[in-house]
Amino acid sequence: MTGEPRANLPPLSLHVPEPKFRPGDKAEFSDVIVPPAGSGRRPDPAEPAAQFHELAYGLVRVLDDEGNAVGPWAPRLTPDTLRRMLRYMALVRAFDERMFRAQRQGKTSFYMKCTGEEAVAVAATMALQRDDMTFPSYRQQGILIARDWSLVDMMNQIYSNKGDRLQGKQLPIMYSTREGAFFSISGNLATQYPQAVGWAMASAAKGDTRIAATWCGEGSTAEGDFHSACTFASVYRAPVILNVVNNQWAISSFSGFAGAEATTFAARALGYGIAGLRIDGNDALAVYAATEWAAERARTNQGPTLIEHFTYRAEGHSTSDDPSQYRSANEASDWPLGDPIARLKGHLVRLGEWDDERHAAQDLELAELVKRCQKEAEANGILGHGLHQPLDTLFDGVFEEMPWHLKEQRAQMLAEEEASGRPWALKS
Amino acid sequence: MNMIQAINSAMDVVMARDPDVIVMGEDVGYFGGVFRATAGLQAKYGKTRVFDTPITECGIIGVAVGMGAYGLRPVPEIQFADYIYPALDQLVSEAARLRYRSAGEFISPITVRSPFGGGIFGGQTHSQSPEGIFTHVSGIKTVIPATPYDAKGLLISAIEDNDPVLFFEPKRIYNGPFDGYWDRPAKNWSAHPAGEVPTGYYKIPLGKAAIARAGNDLTILAYGTMVHVAIATVEEAGVDAEVIDLRTLVPLDIETIEASVKKTGRCMVVHEATRTGGFGAELAALVQERCFYHLEAPVERVTGFDTPYPHSLEWAYFPGPVRIGQALKKIMKD
Repeated sequence: MTGEPRANLPPLSLHVPEPKFRPGDKAEFSDVIVPPAGSGRRPDPAEPAAQFHELAYGLVRVLDDEGNAVGPWAPRLTPDTLRRMLRYMALVRAFDERMFRAQRQGKTSFYMKCTGEEAVAVAATMALQRDDMTFPSYRQQGILIARDWSLVDMMNQIYSNKGDRLQGKQLPIMYSTREGAFFSISGNLATQYPQAVGWAMASAAKGDTRIAATWCGEGSTAEGDFHSACTFASVYRAPVILNVVNNQWAISSFSGFAGAEATTFAARALGYGIAGLRIDGNDALAVYAATEWAAERARTNQGPTLIEHFTYRAEGHSTSDDPSQYRSANEASDWPLGDPIARLKGHLVRLGEWDDERHAAQDLELAELVKRCQKEAEANGILGHGLHQPLDTLFDGVFEEMPWHLKEQRAQMLAEEEASGRPWALKS
Repeated sequence: MNMIQAINSAMDVVMARDPDVIVMGEDVGYFGGVFRATAGLQAKYGKTRVFDTPITECGIIGVAVGMGAYGLRPVPEIQFADYIYPALDQLVSEAARLRYRSAGEFISPITVRSPFGGGIFGGQTHSQSPEGIFTHVSGIKTVIPATPYDAKGLLISAIEDNDPVLFFEPKRIYNGPFDGYWDRPAKNWSAHPAGEVPTGYYKIPLGKAAIARAGNDLTILAYGTMVHVAIATVEEAGVDAEVIDLRTLVPLDIETIEASVKKTGRCMVVHEATRTGGFGAELAALVQERCFYHLEAPVERVTGFDTPYPHSLEWAYFPGPVRIGQALKKIMKD
């Protein structure tokens, strides 16, 4: 039943957000406000959250267009550290390129690149301690890489092969390693948010010194878990860093469907009494500085920080996505905040600590490194080439001890395989 | 002790032994819970081990999963099982699967306590029995006590278990056993042998059923409040029924069930939850698969109806002695 409009009142209308550009349009970003690098105030980490609202609506930037690191947020890293950061980011990109191609060659079912977002995970990880616990989403492979995690181990997981520590039980790229302080990735969105807060609360309750950090996309901030997590983080002043990676697109839904037309994502923090920072996510030094600031805040019992990383997803959502179907062709190339690797490289060049030749040589070296690792991982098998785990591992780990009904089902499965005559049935 | 006191005692005993056990939930701290199940624990163990939470079930369980991953043993309370649905994703997709998806690197040793079931004029939002939703999920255990003695021993086992456990507390029998007649005076646990609860540490293993009443002519499978309703009904009807209190639905004690049905040749399943797709259907299927040639009558299901839980017509909905009695006549006539 619909109501007839009353003659003396204007009819209501429903606003449905629409991105400014679609395929065929030329994207043009003059409306994106990019404040000068160095213009954002850097409060003391102990300052109450209510006193720096402008940082939740502005955009903290450190690297200017000429490659200088300017302003109060400039983290003053040594050239060695900057080169290490650049190398990790370039390695993430080389890894992504190789694994994307591996998926296209049919060696695995699925892959997700983080092209254009390399700074978000790499620089943040470098500002954390090695044993700080991370609760990532699916586009933070840079955490593992910046922790010098074995690329072969990551690839084994992507291939679900016999070297896969997760026994082929997870989708590719859904890494998990306790030793790497990298929490098991879930495909359900933002579920890691309250979990990170819980881990941080536990650490605080036990008088530990470790903090937690978590990442979600801007689209996931619409999930209830995000808001529950913010409430808990605020209420108990949990030592946690809540990162929102605003890469503009949640598959084909632009950030407007998560509320970006009305406010910033960093401003979500304000209503919770959480410190909110909106930063240039393509500026590795801004990411580093904000994370370092938030970590100090957490470590000194001043509570949580929510950091919005304003960035751009330069590639598709995953190998199952075709972004040319829903967004303008030149968006990625014309993104006003540039490419994070090129910007950090430019900074090092400006400092006289890097040059094009070294960069090109490093790219070659990293491509070779990834290729070597890929060969090593593929020696353990690729998805689809037979079964890599003993069949009965299918039933391992549902419970600590296997109950009778799973034992019966395991026996049934083994009998089925025996009857099938398939070659792998004989293996186990 | 009554069941509430036994549950309180279980948490007290475990918290005293293990500093990693923490209790959290709406109103559980200073006030001690709306049913008083956590009374006195905050005063004894402090605010960082027993604390109130915001009213967000998804947050409570998500935070508990994170605490469990850290190495604690959280015992979150969901104030009424009817409110567990906002936490469903954290339970089903996260807690239940964490061990599996991380190949054992991360676990969820959490015990979610929640009062469930009807018979207290709680209407649609304070009466539901959602156990069937969770027994359908791989990786989570479901425990339902029927007596104070069991409640304490099972809860200690659940808290010490390294898997996620849902501990559903039948609130109709918190204060005393209930025979299914809502207009009769309530009984007290003090006059019941299972109300004798030791103050110290003891465990009842998960996955082991109890024979609540021995008998030869019929097996009744029940849990929680329905154990008491079934016993009262068969005794009034003069049927020599064996009543099995399942105690845990997952893992299920199939041996006890199978042995009993093969002995009696008849089986009835009783639960308060709605009928379609309920745990009774699973039990009936298992009995049919394993005991078909011993059965002298079809397996009967006595359950709540497939409607939302009503308020004023609660006693027409509730599977009480009349409904069980009619099913008894049907199953015993051959």
